Amino acid sequence: MALRWRPVAMDGRDNPDIYGDPNVQMEETMAEQREKVLVIVQLSGGNDYLNCIVPWEDPMYQDVRSGIRITEEDVIPLDNGLGLNPGMGAFKELYDQDRVAIIHGIGYPTPSRSHFRSMDIWHTATPDRVGDEGWLGQAVRQLDPTGSNVVTAVNFGNGLPRALAAPGVPVASVGDLDDYGLLTGMSGAAQREKALAAFSRIYTPGVGSGMVMDYLGKTGLDALKGADILKQAPKMYESTVEYPDNSIAKALKGVAQVHFANLGTRVFYTTSGGWDTHTNEISLQRGLWEEVSTGLRAFFQDLEEHDLGPEVTVLVFSEFGRRVKDNGNGTDHGSGGVSFVIGDSVKGGHYSEYPSLDVGRLIEGDLQYNFDFRGLYTDLLEDWLDLDAREIVGGNFEKISPFAVAV
Amino acid sequence: MTTAARSGTDTELIAHLLRRAGFGATWEELQAAGDLGYQGTLDLLFNPGDPESMPQDIIRRYHPDQSITQIAPSSGSVWMYRMSTTKTPFEEKIALFWHRIFATGQTKLIQGKVMLTQIEMFRQFGLGSFRDLLVQLSQNPAMILWLDNQDNHKGNINENYGREILELFAMGVGNYSEEDIKECSRAFTGWTIANMPYMSIKMRNNTLRPYGYVAWQYQFDADDHDDGEKTFLGETGNFNGDDIIDIICKNPATPRFIARHLYHHFIADELPVPQWPFEGPKDPEAIELMVDAYFANDYSIGAMLRAVFESDMFKSEATQYARIKSPVELVVGTLRLAGGFDWPTADIFKATAACGFMGQALLAPVSVEGWMGGDDWISTGSMVQRINFASATVGDPTKKGIKSIIDQISDRHPRGLVTPKALVDECLELAGSLRVEDETKEGIVTYAREQGDIDPRTDDGVDKIVSVLQLIVSTREYQLV
Repeated sequence: MALRWRPVAMDGRDNPDIYGDPNVQMEETMAEQREKVLVIVQLSGGNDYLNCIVPWEDPMYQDVRSGIRITEEDVIPLDNGLGLNPGMGAFKELYDQDRVAIIHGIGYPTPSRSHFRSMDIWHTATPDRVGDEGWLGQAVRQLDPTGSNVVTAVNFGNGLPRALAAPGVPVASVGDLDDYGLLTGMSGAAQREKALAAFSRIYTPGVGSGMVMDYLGKTGLDALKGADILKQAPKMYESTVEYPDNSIAKALKGVAQVHFANLGTRVFYTTSGGWDTHTNEISLQRGLWEEVSTGLRAFFQDLEEHDLGPEVTVLVFSEFGRRVKDNGNGTDHGSGGVSFVIGDSVKGGHYSEYPSLDVGRLIEGDLQYNFDFRGLYTDLLEDWLDLDAREIVGGNFEKISPFAVAV
Repeated sequence: MTTAARSGTDTELIAHLLRRAGFGATWEELQAAGDLGYQGTLDLLFNPGDPESMPQDIIRRYHPDQSITQIAPSSGSVWMYRMSTTKTPFEEKIALFWHRIFATGQTKLIQGKVMLTQIEMFRQFGLGSFRDLLVQLSQNPAMILWLDNQDNHKGNINENYGREILELFAMGVGNYSEEDIKECSRAFTGWTIANMPYMSIKMRNNTLRPYGYVAWQYQFDADDHDDGEKTFLGETGNFNGDDIIDIICKNPATPRFIARHLYHHFIADELPVPQWPFEGPKDPEAIELMVDAYFANDYSIGAMLRAVFESDMFKSEATQYARIKSPVELVVGTLRLAGGFDWPTADIFKATAACGFMGQALLAPVSVEGWMGGDDWISTGSMVQRINFASATVGDPTKKGIKSIIDQISDRHPRGLVTPKALVDECLELAGSLRVEDETKEGIVTYAREQGDIDPRTDDGVDKIVSVLQLIVSTREYQLV
């Protein structure tokens, strides 16, 4: 079994009484993998499936996408009569390395075409009612029931995605890893230290101070602890890999930094926005895929350089696919989409099936989903994070088993 | 110097009103408002004078970026100047309210000018009839391009606007069918932008040359409007967009939905919007109060809010400090406490960016759903941002608001030494009549005591007072409004 998290800077690595012979232990660390890590890349706004994994040879595709078709000249041919969006060149490299599982036709019953609701469904894994807890928040609770490590889950971005929200579960949410800490504007180290001590006192909830005050108190104290831990990561980071200059790549670099620092983080969350391509889709979607693809390529290069690839799996998802028939310059909200599971431990290739574009098989002009996303969550929770998935996804769902057997 | 002669509760009540209807009042502002009393202060809110905010020509002289406002931090900063220097903050609070619901993003539009025009429209129409506001919104160039209504054509609808006006802007999920969305979209065909082919090329090229952006103008294109018969929410006719808005506005679901938003923004935190179709409002009586005011006053939003501010419910203990401050409320409130800006400064960008890091990028909401608010503002990451911004902002004793607090304390203690307890009490009062829990106050007093002797006449004393203020704006209570 892999080693539990220890605070890196202050651990007793050199003290054989606590951790045994450091040499032996080092060998164990090298020989055994670290605990497995899940990285989420959320594409907010609805990634258009048809122009992402393109059935470019299908005459029905050419028909329905008269306005915004990915042409033969532009498509990056894949296999099975499918191709990739021209922005996905770097993604193709990962696919050719057998690292990418493409999960076709993913969705859920009675699809919602509201961004709000559909994203909420993906975040809480409850299509039939409004869920109150995020699926990853629940996963984090199983991973660390007492909330002993406040950086078990780290979100890169502003605010907290509902997927990570669950009462009592601490999640560190980091805008910029390089400048992370509390009361940084206080003059003088001694005064700041006293103020931080005072902060810790006044954030400790008093008796019966009410839910909101308790929540603020706990969050403030967790922030204080998390900042102390996370500020180690950028200092320890060394790499020759250059990440492209965009926000999703920057977030993925942060993931790499924290992962390499071995702080016990098991779930990372990143978000790419702007996928709501009602108009000007061809150029928008291509640009976004370029950012995500090159960011992911750099991330995997970085993992490889540090020999830390096999314990990382990435899930890329969006709240829905888009309508089959274009609106001339873009596409409206639809259902049935595509997700990707990426990593060294993944068995690359196609999973599930591409839904038919036949008009008779569409539902209100949208693709008929043929694989329930809760099945994919079950794969990730059970076979990757070794957790009990049933309670989180609310039942038993068919899995697709995207992982290589040796994992 | 005498302390306020008025009763503490009265001042606290006015402070509560001004935190909700504005961004909080300084001690000086509270003194002036105290002379008017609660009702007089309230009347003034609804009949504001000149905003006297920093003049645009001065701002532009120092910020070339503010003339072209090509990027969101620039146009966001135009608004940030206005909010942090205006004498009529209620207008900005209303604009902010509508920006949260009619969330439009420069991220897609590229143009900052049209975004700011939209915000100006919220100032102008935000307290008036909801019907007028919806007509303005449907004809607003930024909104048209944000939700692609220029691509909503006769015979080939783009239902983006038709859906969101019902779901997110006026009624909420569960009060209409998918068919209503299609019919609504048909009614808004032809509501477009003048000279669209040229404008879309300009937008795509994203170029400033040769003459910068040309602001988009609304145009009704009768040729592209579907004048056919439509059935919408049970009524049938050859409806145009205005008719659809009439039908929306008279439906009781509409004021109930808007009232719940007003409650969330001005009274107390509600559940996140997606849960509304499934869970009733926190305070149904407050909703009914507003719905009645809406129907009795020609759909007036201002009447709904006035009814709230005059109610005992609003003045009650339970309503005070019952909301978590949005990032903009926290940032602007803290800037104003520190004295706002006398002169253009690059600090404005930091303030605008800080709102974004806390999860509320002005003029750049993450999506059309806007921001959920409430608990959603608070995560470990956003707490770090909130505390660091507020404590850094009040940490500068040369800022006029901070200097004024220190001068006050100095005046009150002509012989120099201030006891820790008196210092904390006075800082809370001078920072806008703030209230904190006893344990919190004890914690700050303990910290003040650790500082040793505090003499406000010395630099060392000033440093110590400032650090107490920094701790006050880092408290849990300061996260609430």
